[in-house]
This record gives sequence, C-alpha cells and structure tokens, in this order.
Amino acid sequence: MTLDRTRTEDADEPGGAGLNTEHDRGSKILSALASSERPSPPGPLSTSLTFGWRALLKIKHVPEQLFDVTVFPVMFTLLFTFLFGGALAGSTVDYIQFLLPGIMVQGVIMITMYTGTTLRTDLEKGVFDRFRSLPIWRPSALVGMLLGDAVRFTISLTVTALLGLLLGWRPGGGFGGFVIGAILILLFSFSLGWIWTFLSLVLRTSGSVMGVSMLVITPLTFGSNIFVDPSTMPGWLQAFVEVNPVSHLVTSVRAVMGGTDPGASLPLTIVWSAVLIAVFGTLTMWRYRDAR
Amino acid sequence: MTEPAMTDLAIETHGLVKVFGDNRAVDGVDLAIRRGGVHGFLGPNGAGKTTTIRMLATLARPDGGTATVLGRDVVTEADEVRRRVSLTGQFASVDEDLTGRENLRLIGRLFGYTGASAKRRADDLLDAFALSDAADRQVKKYSGGMRRRIDIAASIVVTPELLFLDEPTTGLDPRSRNEVWDIVRAMVSSGTTVLLTTQYLDEADQLADRISVIDRGKVIAEGTSSELKASVGSGSLFVRVMDRDDRDAARAVLERELGVEVRDEADPNALTATIDEQGRVTRALSALDEARIPLAQFSLGQPTLDEVFLSLTGHHAEEKTDTEEAAA
Repeated sequence: MTLDRTRTEDADEPGGAGLNTEHDRGSKILSALASSERPSPPGPLSTSLTFGWRALLKIKHVPEQLFDVTVFPVMFTLLFTFLFGGALAGSTVDYIQFLLPGIMVQGVIMITMYTGTTLRTDLEKGVFDRFRSLPIWRPSALVGMLLGDAVRFTISLTVTALLGLLLGWRPGGGFGGFVIGAILILLFSFSLGWIWTFLSLVLRTSGSVMGVSMLVITPLTFGSNIFVDPSTMPGWLQAFVEVNPVSHLVTSVRAVMGGTDPGASLPLTIVWSAVLIAVFGTLTMWRYRDAR
Repeated sequence: MTEPAMTDLAIETHGLVKVFGDNRAVDGVDLAIRRGGVHGFLGPNGAGKTTTIRMLATLARPDGGTATVLGRDVVTEADEVRRRVSLTGQFASVDEDLTGRENLRLIGRLFGYTGASAKRRADDLLDAFALSDAADRQVKKYSGGMRRRIDIAASIVVTPELLFLDEPTTGLDPRSRNEVWDIVRAMVSSGTTVLLTTQYLDEADQLADRISVIDRGKVIAEGTSSELKASVGSGSLFVRVMDRDDRDAARAVLERELGVEVRDEADPNALTATIDEQGRVTRALSALDEARIPLAQFSLGQPTLDEVFLSLTGHHAEEKTDTEEAAA
C-alpha cells in the first residue's frame, strides 16, 4: 500500500517555508521519507528469528551475559559431584553417571530466570514500546528472546557435558543420546520461560521478578529426582517429586542420554511443556497488550 | 478487506478514558484532528498527554470511550493502525545495547526488508540523520541529541502516515532542539501528519498548526495558536519606564486608563497588562506622557501561551507540576 501524497499538499502549508532555508539534512530526510517502499510483511517465524538475532547481538555487545551460562554449570557440577558423590554413591565416578543429566537440567533452569529480569529491564527502558507498536505477530519479540536464550542454554549444556566427560561421565546413549536429551531440556526451558515473561509483566521491578522466580525454581529443582532417588524420601515429598514436571524431564533426559527407554516420562515432559506454553503463553500475551 | 469510509480525520476520539488505580489519567478526551501538519498536545507533566498518545498508538487499551486513528479503531483494528503509524516516545525506544545501525536494521527486518535491503535502508537513514560516524557505536554512548535522532530515524524506517512524537525535545540543549524541529518540519512537508506532545509553549507555538491544551486528563481548549491567544484578550501591553522610581506611578496611571490589572515584571522598570481593547492603549500612553513619566520602551504584543495557560487553568504551564505531583 502506498501513501497518498497529494492529500497533504492542501494542508495549511506547514513548514513549507522553512524548507528552503534548511540545510542539507532536511533534503536528505525528505528523500529518506519519500521512500514509499512497503516490503511485504514478514511471517511469525521470520520476525521471531529477527528478535533471536537481536538477542545474539546483545550477547556480542554484552559478553558478560555468558558468565552465568559457563560459571553456573561448572560450579554446580563440581560442587554436587564432590559434595554428594562419596556419601551417596560410594564414589564420585559412580555418582556422576546418575547426577550429570540432572545437573544439566538444574543449571539451565536456574539460568532461565534471567529471562524474566532481562525482559523487565527492557520494558522499563521503553524499547518494547517500539516493538509493540510494530505490525508484527505479537509474541515474536518474546519468542525471539526465548530463542536467543536457547543459544545460551546450549552453551551451558555443552560446558556441563564436557566437564562431566572429564570427571568420568560415560553416557550409554552416546552423542546422539546427548543431543536428544539436550533438545528435551531446551524445549522444557523454552516453555518454562513463559512463566518468567508473565511474571515480569505483572511485577514492577526486576528485583521482585528475581525473588519470585527463586521461590518457584528452588522447590522445582531441589524437590525433584535430580540429586537422589526419591524412594528414600517421606511420602508427602515423594508425592510432590512424582508430579513435579522437572522430575519427568530429568528421568527422560537420564534415559535418553543413558541409552535406555524413557517410558512415559518422555511424553509427559512434552505434555507439560505444551501445557506451560498454553497457560503462561496465553497469560503473558494477555498482559502484554497493556504492558508498561 | 473493505476500506473504511475515507475520512480526512487523522485522529478522532470520543470520551477516551484511562484509569490507573484511582487516578483518572485521561478523563474523557474528545479529539478531531485533521490530516496533514502538526497537531500539538500542550500540557504540564502528568496532564495525560503521554497516556493519550499510548492509547492512540495501541500501546495501552482505553478503559472507556472510542478512538479511531486514520479511520481504524485502535482496539479492534489495532494491527491496521500499527501498519500506518509510528511512535517516538519520551524514553522510547531503541535498544541501547545495540549500535545505531543494528537498531535500524532490526526494525527494517521486522518490517519485511531482507538482509541487504534492510542494511541499505539503515545506511540511508543514518546518513540523513547525520549519524553515519556513530553508526557502529552502541546507542547508550550517544549524546541526547543523537539519541533523539536515532529514535526518530527508527520511526520512519517505513514512512508512516502519522507519527506520534512524545516530548521529542525534553532534556535537549537548544541546538539539538532546533535540529529536531527541522526534522519535524521536513517530515510534515513530505506529507506525514505529526501529533506532537510538549510541555514547552514555544515549541507548540513554533511547530503546531493547531493545539489542544490538556490539563488533568481533559482537553480544556483547542485551536490555532492565534485563536488560543485571542481567547485570552487582544494582546498584552509591555511598558518599561526610564526611571524605576516611576514604576508605581506608571502602574496607577495605566490601571486607571486601561481598566485592567497591571502586573510588575521581574525587571524593576517593567510592567505588563493584558488588554481587551487596543483603543485604550493610545490613551493610556498619552496619559503617561501627561503625567511626565518618561518611557524607555513600550510594545504591544499577542499574549504568550503561558498567559493562555494561566487564564485557562488558573495556574502556569511550567513550574507548578512537580509540586502537584509530589502532593498527589
């Protein structure tokens, strides 16, 4: 669609006089404005990927963003392997076979919480006002942000895996098993991300987003089968661990990376992810209409 | 898709309302703004200008009333509105972590330019806005004026039919302010309608063809700058006496002859009066002469927008607001 440029000629000659006296810039701006080019609107995938590109540019300019995805996993892996290894499994090498897939999940889930604080900061700076005023598929700015985070999570997963191999982790599923497990973790964390986007649209400061996120993440990760087999836990805790979606994720990742059958935990993980997107994606987009 | 009935109105609202908690930030705004030129939204901080603009730009949903922009409803046809308008906010809105060029490429790609053409469009705009040298610097390292230019450039990656400019010169030095004014004039002459909010009276006076004066969520007056001034009185008389000791005597003479209140200016030699009838001015000046009060200077001018504001709202347009907001 092109603009009807004639309609303005009969306007009350605004600024017409000033134009001649104006320097070079005025005419350059005029020629920039004269472009009536209207490219055909891009689809949802294209705009989401463009926002993913924005996330990568931000990593390029603010490489400190990679601190958490490298330091957290190394710290967690070393700490828990040596802290619990001897006591729980008799040796660290035995324990790491059990722990490593779980610690990958733990590391990534801890990092997902930055999604919310980053969005809160962006909202405060007003850059989302521009994004929201564009004629594009509404969720694309958020989807792109989560896609950019997936890149950071992949780094975290890779770091954890390499460190694990160094410490004696020998997954039965080989590289293929690792890749499938990693995809499951990325899928789940993408879905989980919508909880944080929703929180950051509801809460007013990034500090409170961080606080509430911790409140959700702590029981979700520690109240799971990441560190120990739930069979020794009291009944009420077992009941929580059983329904905790993180347990299903850990069970399936453990299985596919270990080269065994994940059973029902794999479809359950996928169903949980779909439910999280459906519920928190919808809530997020509802709040996004009026975001401030 | 059926085109809505052609309308020459860029913006039309009826009883627009936005409530935050128990604060009616926008409290029944009716607007009918024609296409073309600059329409000014003038009002103090917190008057509801920005909130109104946010609703018109589909960034906030009205709590009451209706609004159409370029003939499209801002709620039910939000995407149609977004395709035609652009917004440069007070604090909006490019990504500070990215460079100027990256920001423009980002917007270009979101509008559907392919990689290479997005880059070309970004370079053209950087050149037009004299930002080529800073193109590869992060926006957070830009000066205030550069920052405002990149914001505006980002708003016209695809030429909008209507541009919302929310306080484009707040916090800028006079030179950068003039640059932004030049940009606004260039845009208007190319056919874009501009809705400008400002708390600066001279800015509205300089740029706007018509002005809506907003105070406490309501439009309290509308018209051209001259109409608004005329509504206050035919003008104001400014008198400067030669000797400051004569000022009291001069004030007495003027008040008698003009029949209106005469005010002391900050300058100890100066007096001003808002006058209803120009005819009385000549008489008043002769009376000063007869009273042997020598004048250094006198002039008859139109009232300033500040006087307009004062007479419409009972308070000045500038100063007041901070204390008001602190009290709220």
